[in-house]
Amino acid sequence: MSKMATREAYGRTLQEIGSDERVVVFDADLAGSTNTGKFKAVFPERHFDMGIAEANMVAAAAGMATCGKIAFVSSFAMFASERACEQIRNSVCYPNLNVKVCATHAGITVGEDGASHQCLEDLAIMRALPNMTVLCPADAASARYAVKAAYENDGPFYVRLARLATDSFYGDFGSEVDFKIGKALQIKDGTDVTIIACGYMVEQAYEAVSILEAEGISARLLDMHTIKPIDVEAIVKASRETGCIVTCEEHSIVGGLGGAVAEALVENAPCPMLRVGVNDVFGRSGTPAELMAAYHLTGFDIAEKCKQVIALKKA
Amino acid sequence: MTADERKELELFSARMRRWIIEGVYNAKCGHPGGSLSCTDLICYLYNRELNVDPADPDNPERDRFVLSKGHCAPALYSALGLRGFFDVEEMKNLRKIGSFLQGHPCKAITPGIDMSTGSLGQGISTSVGMAMAGKLDNKDYRVFSILGDGEMQEGEVWEALMSAAHYKLDNLCAFLDNNGLQIDGKVDDVMSLGDIKAKTEAFGWNTVVIDGHNFDEIEGALKAFHENKGSGKPFFVIAKTHKGRGVSYMTDDPSWHGCAPKEDKYLIAVEELDAKIKELEG
Repeated sequence: MSKMATREAYGRTLQEIGSDERVVVFDADLAGSTNTGKFKAVFPERHFDMGIAEANMVAAAAGMATCGKIAFVSSFAMFASERACEQIRNSVCYPNLNVKVCATHAGITVGEDGASHQCLEDLAIMRALPNMTVLCPADAASARYAVKAAYENDGPFYVRLARLATDSFYGDFGSEVDFKIGKALQIKDGTDVTIIACGYMVEQAYEAVSILEAEGISARLLDMHTIKPIDVEAIVKASRETGCIVTCEEHSIVGGLGGAVAEALVENAPCPMLRVGVNDVFGRSGTPAELMAAYHLTGFDIAEKCKQVIALKKA
Repeated sequence: MTADERKELELFSARMRRWIIEGVYNAKCGHPGGSLSCTDLICYLYNRELNVDPADPDNPERDRFVLSKGHCAPALYSALGLRGFFDVEEMKNLRKIGSFLQGHPCKAITPGIDMSTGSLGQGISTSVGMAMAGKLDNKDYRVFSILGDGEMQEGEVWEALMSAAHYKLDNLCAFLDNNGLQIDGKVDDVMSLGDIKAKTEAFGWNTVVIDGHNFDEIEGALKAFHENKGSGKPFFVIAKTHKGRGVSYMTDDPSWHGCAPKEDKYLIAVEELDAKIKELEG
């Protein structure tokens, strides 16, 4: 199966849903990179470039949403979620409007652009906002469903998308995926530990499962594509059936997937849990592969973390 | 405008001011100064300009109004209440727990509020989005917005002005409630705005300057806005106003920006405004 970036899947899905005239798309001078250009190529009259002015873009999209439009808004995650954070809060989430923030180039795998462009806080910030649904799909096929879910369901959405092409877990783009908001997808069952990953980290976690398997350790792998509302049921089940959990995200260890899982776990079915993520530091320039290694986000790192958490279970 | 029509507007404004004072006094907090400075603008819009219907506040064909300077909600609520969007007596519950009259406008719970505002700079951007939607759908509705002069210091305002010109939004009319004062004092002392007329024109808007308390001048500005249709340029009205207008001791005093009158001051305001209402009713 071929690799495809979730951002490309986003652009292609916009073309699909664009036949609905309520769909409008905003970009801030990054239409080529975010892939909203694919929508523009087919529906130019409903694609609005707002220039490099993300705050105005998000609030203008909110204004359009009050007029019955389903407004998709895109930029790099850094600028969509943090430059325009307060507009998302006060002009989108507070009035509970149909604005879908689809943020690309999230995480450390932005690579060479360095820390200023490596958004590592968006999941934490976006999931703290009332009325917001937060999605982070792992591959192109599921990204299509994530974008369609944002389109089909009323209210604010944040969809975190990646720059890099990723392996497919659910088939090529266009394949059927049993994607439901708030329901984790189990990629592999296991009994000794559960790895809960989102976005690009599902690929690394999948590698960790193989490493562990070779050592006789059975790991369950959950693709937690919905960060909010988090799938409490799958987390509780993982705790009860495997007794320990490792979370993996290409995001700060503060407040993102790890935070959301920890909250659900502690309140419902506590068990040992460790987090793989960027350890509360800024990133730097480098190739994505070099950065994944430098910040201990590889399949090998996840496998090591799994062994640590299994030891905690036995302690 | 006939003398009777003018008097009717003056009476509506006086009643708005009376409710602004009533609301802020009962809430023991709020923003009377700026509410009183934009009262006449809102009065004119809701009586003679906006195509809105209290019985059908969400009609998709309606004109939109966004109070970008959301802290002046008491002025907007008074107009909406007096126009019958809800019982104006609710003004007595302004800012109180359980009331649908929040400290700043909340679209989700208040009839007639087209957009939640309060965080300065965002209202004009949302107005731009509404005007863009009108253009996209070939609708005839217009979008009106009122900004504060302190608000003009927000960078987002200039992003919005730029985008309105770029998208040729001649269906958008923005008023600047130019009372010259903000919380910390005179706008010119805090952060001067320079020549707003020249700046907005340089940003691609057609701009006029009026006395924001003179109904004939407000009417003239809106007539110019009507004639502006088809120009492809958004329309900006710099309305010269006085903060605290209509209450003697509040007029031009920045200390009444975000401060409610205690009972003694409240009674003075009531006496002044009731006398004005009586005079106009007579």
